Amino acid sequence: MSSKRNLLSGYRFDFWSVVTVISMVFFGMFLVIPVGRMFIYAFQSESASGFTLDNFVKFFSREYYRNALFNSIKVVVCATVLVILIGVPLAYITTTFQIRFKRLIDILVVISMLSPPFIGAYSWILMFGRSGTFTVFLKKYLGLKVPSVYGFTGILLVFILKLFPYIYMYTKGALKKVDASLGEAAESLGYYGVRKILTVSLPLVAPTILAGGTIVFLRAFADYGTPRLIGEGYSTLPVIIYTEWISENGSNAFFASAVALIMMGVAALVFSLQKYISNRKNYTMSMLNPPKPKKLHGAANILAHGYVYLITLLASLPQIYIIVISFRNTKGIMWAEGYGIGNYLTVFDKARSSITNTFKFGIIAILIVVVLGTLFAYLTVRKKNIFSSILDVLIMFPYVIPGTIFGLILLMSYNAGPIVLSGTMAIIIVSYVIRRMPYTVRSSSAILRQISPSIEEASQSLGYSSMPTFFHVTMPLMTPGIVSGAILSWITIINELSSTLMLYTSRTATMSVAIFQEINRGGYGTAAALSTILTVTMVVSLLLFFKLTGSEDIDL
Amino acid sequence: MAISIHIKNVMKKYDDNVVIKDLSVDIKNGELFTLLGPSGCGKTTLLRMIAGFNSIEHGTIAFDDTVINKIPVHKRSFGMVFQNYAIFPNMTVYRNIEYGLKNKHLSKEEIRQRVEEIMEIVQITQYQDRYPDKLSGGQQQRVALARAIAVRPQVLLMDEPLSNLDAKLRLEMREAIHEIQKKIGITTVYVTHDQEEALAISDRIAIMNKGDIQQIETPERIYSRPYNTFVADFIGHSNSLKGRVDRAEGDQVFITVEGQLPIRVEHVKDGKEGQEILVYVRPEEFVINQAGQGIVGTVKVKQFLGKYVNYIVDAGTDNLIEVSSDTNSAERIYGPGEEIYLTVNEKRINLFDKDTGITQMEGVESHVL
Repeated sequence: MSSKRNLLSGYRFDFWSVVTVISMVFFGMFLVIPVGRMFIYAFQSESASGFTLDNFVKFFSREYYRNALFNSIKVVVCATVLVILIGVPLAYITTTFQIRFKRLIDILVVISMLSPPFIGAYSWILMFGRSGTFTVFLKKYLGLKVPSVYGFTGILLVFILKLFPYIYMYTKGALKKVDASLGEAAESLGYYGVRKILTVSLPLVAPTILAGGTIVFLRAFADYGTPRLIGEGYSTLPVIIYTEWISENGSNAFFASAVALIMMGVAALVFSLQKYISNRKNYTMSMLNPPKPKKLHGAANILAHGYVYLITLLASLPQIYIIVISFRNTKGIMWAEGYGIGNYLTVFDKARSSITNTFKFGIIAILIVVVLGTLFAYLTVRKKNIFSSILDVLIMFPYVIPGTIFGLILLMSYNAGPIVLSGTMAIIIVSYVIRRMPYTVRSSSAILRQISPSIEEASQSLGYSSMPTFFHVTMPLMTPGIVSGAILSWITIINELSSTLMLYTSRTATMSVAIFQEINRGGYGTAAALSTILTVTMVVSLLLFFKLTGSEDIDL
Repeated sequence: MAISIHIKNVMKKYDDNVVIKDLSVDIKNGELFTLLGPSGCGKTTLLRMIAGFNSIEHGTIAFDDTVINKIPVHKRSFGMVFQNYAIFPNMTVYRNIEYGLKNKHLSKEEIRQRVEEIMEIVQITQYQDRYPDKLSGGQQQRVALARAIAVRPQVLLMDEPLSNLDAKLRLEMREAIHEIQKKIGITTVYVTHDQEEALAISDRIAIMNKGDIQQIETPERIYSRPYNTFVADFIGHSNSLKGRVDRAEGDQVFITVEGQLPIRVEHVKDGKEGQEILVYVRPEEFVINQAGQGIVGTVKVKQFLGKYVNYIVDAGTDNLIEVSSDTNSAERIYGPGEEIYLTVNEKRINLFDKDTGITQMEGVESHVL
């Protein structure tokens, strides 16, 4: 018997083979080809023919570009460190001690986490910018000069307040899984207070903090809107890529690709570093004795509450302020006296299509991402073969591709040639689906790993082949997890800016794009109204999430 | 309805790791056949090959005359009870049992009748509308069994079905499985690592070790006439003593055990004068000699267990000797430090070749195909 026949003799062409083919075609078209094209472009230029390093030479020889790289890394590293320093104690306090209104705090924190950073940037400008409400107020009545919220400080401020929730949520989730007996054991051995935290609790959740830190790093690194709005000359890599692509003296796809490649290189490096470290440090714990929050008394209680409330207030301040001013009357691009719903009327009159687009694209993308994500998760978890291993890698790839870059390379690949998608809603939906895929697959896989394979084997032994088994047994068991994952995906998708900005046309603009445009042309009132609609949609979705899952928490 | 299973020259490798080596078994029509062995011996692998969850690359497995190697799992017509039951948590008891039947093109009425009939047999009718998380382990076990046999499969496969139950339930379910299996007369392959369970429930047992079958026999024969030292050690406890053949006459041999105790054993094959031989004595096969004859030793530990008294005796042998004495027939009970003389029940003990570890008792085969 030949070895080849041996290899295939156990293989049967079934439903999952079809899914495998679909996955390969899908990722091949919308991930491998665009990324491949970016690689090829990065080593080409208009002036030289064939393979060249011109773009990289240009990047590293000009101070302007080198600075952007340095700026990006500086602000992102600072943000990540500070976010950990703020988020970890917050998580520790809320899991260890009783805090009043904890549920409300969690919701506020999640909202500030999920709403787009650029809206935060815009709100801070409105509050504390050069002619910001509070700046003017403090100067006029107290003679105080507010420090600048532009440039490095501004970006850092927005990043910290937008991204600490990731660390908070991740760490909280991990701390809740640390068996209370471990802390008690430490105390019985003479460790208490800070020493107990540093020797037991913290090391156990360190891998999680690291994973959260990586997410924060990648998010901040990829963000285009914030540095663009509040950076004022503090330019970072995503801004460079966008301007190179849109530049007035003809867009330079080759150079933009090279910068994109450098960015992805940095992101991939950080990502693999985290994977490497967390693979070596991974703890499994048995959970018999869940931790229970204790009641604090006196000064400690006031301090703990003060800290939690202060951070939450700062994080939700931009959101609240936007909601308030969305009701302020405007005249053209100027603020006017009094409050009303004028901005909303303007929005419904002029930007209605952006709202319908957001819902339309979001719902279609969610349906696709849920169906494909669930099937792909099944392939990677249950069907181990060479294709599912490839798929496993491909699925995780979008983690390290910043939105701006992904929009760019998708556009480059499908604005000419046999398949033209540029300007259609399809290309926007594709970008949502691919970018959201890692999260969906990851959460679906997690559920799937908790379902014993023998449940499926039982179904097969009762005469059902693989497809009916999946739809009768596996899928219903996964549904609760899929639904909660879908709602979270939905919230992220309706807030998406960076890739949409690359892909939209006037007919396919979404709410986040419309807000961004309004801010740029000074339509602050309409921007605020649109932001508020977005926030309300988010809150409703979150309430639905809590209602459907019956859980009090969001697991990221 | 019941069929026989023919496993012929089956082999299973994962990379270079041989899990099952060239193994052949015939499982008879309607019998309860147990695969027994330590963990990692390949018993579950073999069971999953019969089911089709593991592929068969070498050799064949046939139900009656039909080779099933290439038949996909869902067309093989077997019922399976899993170690963790694998009851669908999203379906009630009734719907779990009905699930397999719905696939069989039966009328609604017939499905209902059969579900009810089977619920009656395994005694879970009262729980039919409950979800699995509202059932105890034993009840879940019954549901799993009901679901597997409701489709009237040709073969029933059970993978350590009792290992997740507590001791008392295990006994109860053991009886229930045995009774139900006999009632419907289905050919059953049962995997377990629990020898007591295997002895109690099986028509025949296959003892497996390292991917190979050591012996196939009825429970009584496996216990009383193990084929090799592995089986003797694995089933129950045996004391291994050194013996020397003084004289062989036909199928009779005269042996001196541990240089102290002369014995005569019948039905022995290939006994040669001067041969070193292993004498395997189970704790209950010792006789405590009041006349001061036999192997002498000192009682190290005495355990009084009511029906039996167990002694650990130091007789200067390689290992301490374990002796079990029936309280009812014991002349007296010895305490630690006391001297004790031991002879053996010559009709019950087993002799093994010192080098191969294979039995020298006549008529004991590893297995007959």
